[in-house]
Amino acid sequence: MAGILGHKIGMTQIFDEAGLMVPVTIIQAGPCVVTQVKTQETDGYEAVQLGYDVIKEKNTVKPRKGIFDKAGTTPRRYLVEFDFSDTDEVKVGDEIKADILTEGSMVRVSGVSKGKGFQGTIKRHNFSMANKTHGQSDRMRAPGSIGQSAWPSRVFKGMRMAGRMGGDRITLKNVRVVKVDAENNLVFLKGALPGAKNTLLEIRK
Amino acid sequence: MDMLHTVTANQLRSDIPEFRAGDTLAVHVRVIEGDKERVQVFQGVCIKRKGGGINETFTVRKISNGVGVERIFPLHSPRLSKIEVVRRGRIRRAKLYYLRDLKGKAARIKEI
Repeated sequence: MAGILGHKIGMTQIFDEAGLMVPVTIIQAGPCVVTQVKTQETDGYEAVQLGYDVIKEKNTVKPRKGIFDKAGTTPRRYLVEFDFSDTDEVKVGDEIKADILTEGSMVRVSGVSKGKGFQGTIKRHNFSMANKTHGQSDRMRAPGSIGQSAWPSRVFKGMRMAGRMGGDRITLKNVRVVKVDAENNLVFLKGALPGAKNTLLEIRK
Repeated sequence: MDMLHTVTANQLRSDIPEFRAGDTLAVHVRVIEGDKERVQVFQGVCIKRKGGGINETFTVRKISNGVGVERIFPLHSPRLSKIEVVRRGRIRRAKLYYLRDLKGKAARIKEI
């Protein structure tokens, strides 16, 4: 499960080899740098930590600066761990570029979705709306009954109600890689992906 | 936004003739059936152009066996082998939706 970090640039459409239009999301993927390789002996688990998005040294906190100094790289904004166990050996300081992804393959993409604020049950949980007519006045978007009566005399935990929506970590599986532009480190994935423009996305093979 | 234009720039076609709504077009469409390919011509009046860049589309309307048929084509689609402008029409609006309600002689468009 090798992977790469990137941020969302936006959506457009391109024509594939068959001449059909494909909706794509463009991602600036990498270049990432390997900042740490965690092993069973030292950390108790195997992982590869990638750093992405170069920032100024003064914008790095000291504990993080230690990681970058050890790896011998310039500071990065994001550090995320990936499982590289089924790929070749990676070393600290290695650069991971968009060319680790192959066109036509399927990937997993994780990111934080757009925050929608406080939303009712209709938008948040896909509840149905009530009648507009038949004597209704102000019940159109109401959630309806939320439980029974004397038993259980309470509302069950997990009852779907209004509340904060969005801003969750979303993982999409089986997202097709339509095109990889290795020169500019751009990846074209089919369809919509979580988050707004410039959202950090994790792509896992 | 700039980046979105640059990544699609190489897919834009440069061999598209100038045309606008009201023009009569003959659109040569490459039809792929199995492993055979042939060209089909769809001729009619362009009733609108919509969108920009790679997303631009145009709609062609024709009357086929007494039934109105509209096809929407992506302007830069590689499946279009050729777009021919058969005649140019004089029109006073960009979207000719009013043609849908007209038929016969009333649905004609004057030539420039």
